[in-house]
Amino acid sequence: MTRTAAAETVYLDWSATAPLRPEAAQAWQRWATHVGNPSGSHRDARTARRVLDDARDTFAELLGCDPGAVVFTSGGTEADDLAVQGVLDAAAPGAFAVCSAVEHHAVLDPVLARGGMTVPVDRDGVVRPDVLAEGLRSAAAAGPVAVVSILAVNNETGVRQPVEDLVAVVREHAPGAVVHVDAVAAFCWTDVARTTASADLVTVSAHKFGGPQGVGVLVVRDGVRLAARLVGGTQERGRRAGTPNVAGIAAAAAAASATAADRTDTVARVEGLRDRLAAGVLAVPGVVPTLGPTAERVAGTLHVCVRGVDSEPLLFLLDEGGVRASAGSSCQSGARRRSHVVDAMGVDPDLGRGALRFSLGHGTTTADCDRAVEVFAAAVDRLREVAP
Amino acid sequence: MRVLVAMSGGVDSSVAAHLLHRDGHEVVGVTLRLWGGPADRGCCSVADVDDARRVADRIGVDHHVFDFAEAFETHVVAPYVADHVAGRTPNPCIECNRHVKFDLLVARAAALGFDAVATGHHARVVVRPDGTRRVGRGLDPAKDQSYVLHMLTGHVLDRLVFPVGDRTKADVRAIAAAAGLRTAAKPDSQDVCFIAGDGGRRTFLGERIPLRPARIVDLDGVEVGSVEAVQLVTLGQRRGLGLAGAAAGRYVVDVDVAGATVVVGPPEATLVREVVLGDPVWADGPPADGERVLVQCSAHGRVAVARVAHHPGAVALRWEEPQRRVAPGQSVVCYDADAPDEVLGGGTAR
Repeated sequence: MTRTAAAETVYLDWSATAPLRPEAAQAWQRWATHVGNPSGSHRDARTARRVLDDARDTFAELLGCDPGAVVFTSGGTEADDLAVQGVLDAAAPGAFAVCSAVEHHAVLDPVLARGGMTVPVDRDGVVRPDVLAEGLRSAAAAGPVAVVSILAVNNETGVRQPVEDLVAVVREHAPGAVVHVDAVAAFCWTDVARTTASADLVTVSAHKFGGPQGVGVLVVRDGVRLAARLVGGTQERGRRAGTPNVAGIAAAAAAASATAADRTDTVARVEGLRDRLAAGVLAVPGVVPTLGPTAERVAGTLHVCVRGVDSEPLLFLLDEGGVRASAGSSCQSGARRRSHVVDAMGVDPDLGRGALRFSLGHGTTTADCDRAVEVFAAAVDRLREVAP
Repeated sequence: MRVLVAMSGGVDSSVAAHLLHRDGHEVVGVTLRLWGGPADRGCCSVADVDDARRVADRIGVDHHVFDFAEAFETHVVAPYVADHVAGRTPNPCIECNRHVKFDLLVARAAALGFDAVATGHHARVVVRPDGTRRVGRGLDPAKDQSYVLHMLTGHVLDRLVFPVGDRTKADVRAIAAAAGLRTAAKPDSQDVCFIAGDGGRRTFLGERIPLRPARIVDLDGVEVGSVEAVQLVTLGQRRGLGLAGAAAGRYVVDVDVAGATVVVGPPEATLVREVVLGDPVWADGPPADGERVLVQCSAHGRVAVARVAHHPGAVALRWEEPQRRVAPGQSVVCYDADAPDEVLGGGTAR
């Protein structure tokens, strides 16, 4: 493999998964070899229990909840599923869920599978409070709304939802509904404890902020009626059965602490890098930003559409040039999949074919951005030259 | 040479990738995602993508998945349904080759800087003394796929490689086994990849078009039976019509979807002198009027002799001996009478 293995790689797919932080690797190594089930009673079991509860305290502080509200899961998807279906399972028959049309599939699919409804978004992919109010009014006519789920930051575009305003709308128009905020794409860039303070349920996922894959957290605030989805044990206060992934959870907590500790600096620096990358990428003719100029977005994402170019061959050439990026959504086979987010935003389908996401993180450098621009420009040139 | 190998997840394309890599070529495997429907089988299921990926891993080459589902829907599935509505008998694999594998994929490979595209088809690229190229039959007569590749010409053939075309199927499987490829004993794919085995064509079409019952009449117009779905009846069909008594053993000689009528007749009623080719494609230009050609009308059908007849605005083939009428929509492929393994071209029976 000569041409496909570039000497240096530029990783700009942090939103897909972020590199493991050294603090997390260290914590994992420390506890992966410890023998002890936290549900047991002997000394080694109690040690594992302490590690688990230390991690629980860490997340409670970072997410602004009581330690008892922290439920560890196998990842963001399980936490989202527990939030949506766990609430529906505990709700009166006939109750359903409401979410935006741009949710991650982890929310969207269970909402729709259980007969729920979606509310439309504006051109930037933002749920407008008046539109949510209207959606909840028409939902109320169809039956009781058990849970409303809001994606704090869109994983594809990086756009931020006005979470506080939307929660207020739910409280007014669907007072009986539980509010779930999917903060998976938000934790790196925003103080989730503050932005989700008014929500009942909050999801985060460790591998998005430098923890290991396979660890998620669902915050379940007091008073929320939630039925467990996994019922084969009493772990996590009966809300999630199964022996917890102690080493992974310890690593997740270490990554979360490190992320929160340098968040302010990282956001400022990465924002500058993202803008530099954007300037270079948008200077290529026919490349248009997916978000409008006034859209509120997080620092780490640059989403663009390339006119007249299909993102699939474009990603192939970027990859070959050592630049790891994404079209934002993909299916199990690895093929690029048409994005429901870009569709819901009303992007012209032809333009949407060229959807491309660069996502940055605390380890991204100026050189990464400059190299990515160079490879991107050459790839677009090449595809324009040979393909219609 | 830098080659993009279309890997379906079957043994033939697995070995094609292996042989090219073994011979020192720079190989990248790609599996086409063609169909997102419920039929998780055939050439585009997740299980087959897994097989292709793991074979690529085993060989030590890169593997990608390209999503051509939209083009597949437009150029293969939609025409497949429309053909049934019109009473034709389509061959979707040929349309997939024509519009997806050897159009889109070849163009994309060129755009991505590949010198050639390889597939696991049992066929050969024949280079003629004058340098022009034609599709040739694969070495293994039982597996020959030149029929489904008859539309390949000129610039596409310049960029195509069929690494298993000069090997028998047994040989291919032996190579796969020796190389430790997990697809070595995988059964050959059958039938249409986007149609599930359990529901079949009836369920697939029934979800897309209203299937209409029809009466079956004999050549004198006497009603002899009925079918539940006229769109599923194929010209030349004999079985599955539920005919009894004197009508049993009759062949379908006409299908009138709009009039909801199927006409059956004795074997001799199916015979015709000529077949007209729709949208013909030729490797080196149309054969001359009166040229003698060898004609094949199904994937592994027997070959019959015909002479080319140029009609105003159409090309037809006049059979030396009357032949059963080819169902409209089926491909009619001509081979060179002087070089019986070489494809001259072909078209779709009108």
